[in-house]
Amino acid sequence: MERNVAVRSLTRGWALTLSALLGLALVYVRAALFTPIEGTQGPAQKIFYVHVPSAWASLLAFAVTGVLSLLYLRRREHKLDTIADASAEVGLVFGVVMLTTGPIWGKTIWGAWWAWDAKLTSTLFLFLLFVGYKVLRGAVVDPETRARFSAVIGILALVLVPFIYFSVLMFRTLHPAPPVLRAGAPTLPGAMLITLLLSVLVFSVLYVGFLMLRYCLSVLRELREEEAADGIS
Amino acid sequence: MANSLWGTAVAVAAKDLRIEWRTKTAFASSIVFAVLVLAVFYFSRDPSVVTELDIAPAALWVTFTFAAMLGLNRAFLLEKENRALDGLLLTPVPRTGIFLGKLLGNLGFVVVVELISLPLFAVFFNVRVLHALPQLLAVTAMATLAFVAVGTLLSAMVVRTRFAELMLPILLLPFLVPPIIGAVQTTAGILAGRPLSDFAGWLRLLGAFDIAFVTVCFLLFEATVEE
Repeated sequence: MERNVAVRSLTRGWALTLSALLGLALVYVRAALFTPIEGTQGPAQKIFYVHVPSAWASLLAFAVTGVLSLLYLRRREHKLDTIADASAEVGLVFGVVMLTTGPIWGKTIWGAWWAWDAKLTSTLFLFLLFVGYKVLRGAVVDPETRARFSAVIGILALVLVPFIYFSVLMFRTLHPAPPVLRAGAPTLPGAMLITLLLSVLVFSVLYVGFLMLRYCLSVLRELREEEAADGIS
Repeated sequence: MANSLWGTAVAVAAKDLRIEWRTKTAFASSIVFAVLVLAVFYFSRDPSVVTELDIAPAALWVTFTFAAMLGLNRAFLLEKENRALDGLLLTPVPRTGIFLGKLLGNLGFVVVVELISLPLFAVFFNVRVLHALPQLLAVTAMATLAFVAVGTLLSAMVVRTRFAELMLPILLLPFLVPPIIGAVQTTAGILAGRPLSDFAGWLRLLGAFDIAFVTVCFLLFEATVEE
């Protein structure tokens, strides 16, 4: 019975993911062909339509994990932990996209692959923290203990991020960034803004799709393990 | 009194420190490690370009934190032997008292390691610390408290996982970023003879970090030990 529910939401997850991927293709077409080229940065600016939304999706995913961790410790529902785990994993996927597209853009515009500014540093450490989260999950056998331990990490991560952000910001104000970094935040004209927002929307739907897929996989895997355990006993 | 919060804490901390005093294993290795890190730092620079003073604050703080990290796992590793933790949890004392005790024990351990490393640092790096000792100690105390609190909480979890020794650095190092940045900046200024008031922003950051994480760790400890 429960299996049918899981399979049905797996199908829904696929539908959502595939339509998001289709939307992504359309956003690419719009970004490449129908959005004006930015004056100072040239075509390099186009990577923003991938970079910003993936950063958004990644941070959203980690925030969801953090909030679910908090809820898990209050309510102790197994489901919350499974979703938190799925969200962390999806967040890591978007995080990889964010952390690879960022430097590609940075090299062209800043002239450096990497700069230790507040946003970069805090997202990098957030990413590393959730790698640690996954590693910790892999190192605990008992599901209940695993849920509690990873919830603790999820909450600690939520508290840590603003501190990293502000400490790096203060570090930077003491040592001003090289002038290239202060080229100015791009103020977006309408067409670009619409493309960016569309892309953010598509990435959000993609996040939900991935999350559903990953969650259903976890549920199905647990069901399979239960069946196997029943078969033995 | 014996099963009050502080009574429990003092008893647990005293027990841990007594064990450490009698065996001295973690202590000896942390000190040797600290000396080694200081030496490696001294030689990992071009002496004609980078002076000792330039690299000194970074060397001091990397030494402090890495040496401390060696000892942090010990507090709960001790309790793993003979399932002593179960016994500790069965006693009718507040669990936060146990955490406070472990925290105090770890703080005692780390503070001693720091107090021994600091003169060594002054000698090795040819830095005058005496004129600014109170300020330096205050900043050290502020930065130490936060990461020891997080380290104690994390070690309560990681000792019960596989690869405990590997897990602690991976999970703890991100939490060292804000205190280390603040401590290194402040230490550099103190060693250069600037007044503490120049670093009010950093001190506020360290203070806020301490308050936030000590509180959060207290609240979360319960979740790490319930069986």
